[in-house]
Amino acid sequence: MTLPLFLFYLFAVLAVLSALAMVANVRNTVAAAMSLVITMVALAVIYVLLEAHLVAAIQIMVYGGAIVVLFLFVVMLLNLRSDDFPPGRQRLTKAAGALLGVFALAGFLRGYGALPPAPPLPEGFGGYRAVGLALYTDYVLLVEMASLLLTAAIVGALILAKRKIS
Amino acid sequence: MIVEVLIKSLFILLVVVAAIAPVITWIERKQSAVMQDRIGANRADINGITLLGLLHPLADVIKLLSKEDVVPQGANRVMHLVAPLVAATPAVVAYAVIPFGGVYTFGSHTLSLVAANPDWGLLYIFAIGSLATYGTVMAGWASNNNWSLLGGLRASAQMISYEVTMGLSVVGVFMVFETLKLQDMVVAQDTTFRLLGFTDVLFGFSIPYTDWLRLPAWGVFYQPLGFLMFLTCIMAENKRPPFDLPEGESELIAGYFLEYSGMRFGLFFMSEFIEVVVIAGLVTTLFLGGWAIPWVSTEALIGFVGGAFNEGFGTGIAILLHFATFMLKVVFMIWFQMLIRWSLPRFRYDQLMDLCWKIILPLSIANIFVTGAVILIVRGSA
Repeated sequence: MTLPLFLFYLFAVLAVLSALAMVANVRNTVAAAMSLVITMVALAVIYVLLEAHLVAAIQIMVYGGAIVVLFLFVVMLLNLRSDDFPPGRQRLTKAAGALLGVFALAGFLRGYGALPPAPPLPEGFGGYRAVGLALYTDYVLLVEMASLLLTAAIVGALILAKRKIS
Repeated sequence: MIVEVLIKSLFILLVVVAAIAPVITWIERKQSAVMQDRIGANRADINGITLLGLLHPLADVIKLLSKEDVVPQGANRVMHLVAPLVAATPAVVAYAVIPFGGVYTFGSHTLSLVAANPDWGLLYIFAIGSLATYGTVMAGWASNNNWSLLGGLRASAQMISYEVTMGLSVVGVFMVFETLKLQDMVVAQDTTFRLLGFTDVLFGFSIPYTDWLRLPAWGVFYQPLGFLMFLTCIMAENKRPPFDLPEGESELIAGYFLEYSGMRFGLFFMSEFIEVVVIAGLVTTLFLGGWAIPWVSTEALIGFVGGAFNEGFGTGIAILLHFATFMLKVVFMIWFQMLIRWSLPRFRYDQLMDLCWKIILPLSIANIFVTGAVILIVRGSA
């Protein structure tokens, strides 16, 4: 087994286990959020193994560093206790999760071994230059549309959160 | 290859973590003593030998290691025990991409004095830095103490806010040097530029006899505003005074690490000091020319010394001088951070947030636009 393959299996198993820990820790929300961080970081390592370096860095910076910290911030601010969660409501979620798991396993088994070998990567694949060029030449309209949408969302959130704007 | 990386990593760990970080605690004590007209740390001694107080770090470590490691009642035991490690690890691993020497060729072998030089070096630092929040937040939450929780909340809000502006304030540097590789950035700074070169662009002629008026091509001269903003933001990330709201002794007792004792408290303490070194190294690399000796480029140095003796000897001298230059700049930045730490009082929380979102954020975006416009004008005329 080569080193990249070994690292892949190590972090893939870590990602799955920490994702499971997140779901299992439904009553301890801070522990669940910390498990989510581990999942995010493990996924970032897998992106590095796939040569998608920019995506890996952004994965850690945005998801690992910013979004989950915001989750934690809210969870800690609300200070939820385990008895805040009524037990009955989770049955449906569990059933839906199990169903999704079965579908994912079926898809994996169907696709396993049937995939064609990966084509060789173009020069500079996954680096910030290639991604930046693609974003600001081929997809510039979509980028601008997304940024407009985000600006609208920020303004909307501000107006909703602030009762009176002085 | 792997052996080379291991040797470099070991060098960084031994020089930076094991040697500099304890010495910094001594520098901090001595410098604050000088600034406050005191004598400072001079009591720890072995048979009367005090070494100017240099034995205090040793005494600290012995004290911290021999103290009881208390886990408070009602705390989340696992998270309480793990949090100091989570806080200290990012500080140590961030150093991997900071170059401490240049790129040298010995025959067919090329030696680049940096442990890892990925294409996305600076993004790596930001990614690692963004994970540093978790140690404080975990510590604050897991201690089962309201003051700690408030400290953790303050830390998370402060660090998220300043991460945004920290990233935006160095975009100008990427634009000037056109790379994210830290080693390549320093190589680009290992030269000079003409101080009055702007007349070529603006008026189409150069003032005669001013060619000797040159500045080192350092980031701080290209991006002075970016330098100030980046230094402010990264010091706020480190949570030392005047940005120490998460621990604010007068309000939160000790904030997020209130319930820690012994070496686990020591780890929080040490991680702040290791971060001081990382900040000094990073600011040096981005803005102060890293290992580059001002006005003396690597080729000139190797050519001069190598011409007198032989080229291998010249390269060896260059390695030593470059490492010494880098350490000198790092020590200067450490001194500067200590100066700020002992000069300014703590911010109020709303002042902290206003500084980030109302002052630095608009200024950094304006800086990006102005830098882009200037680069376009200069490239267009060249």
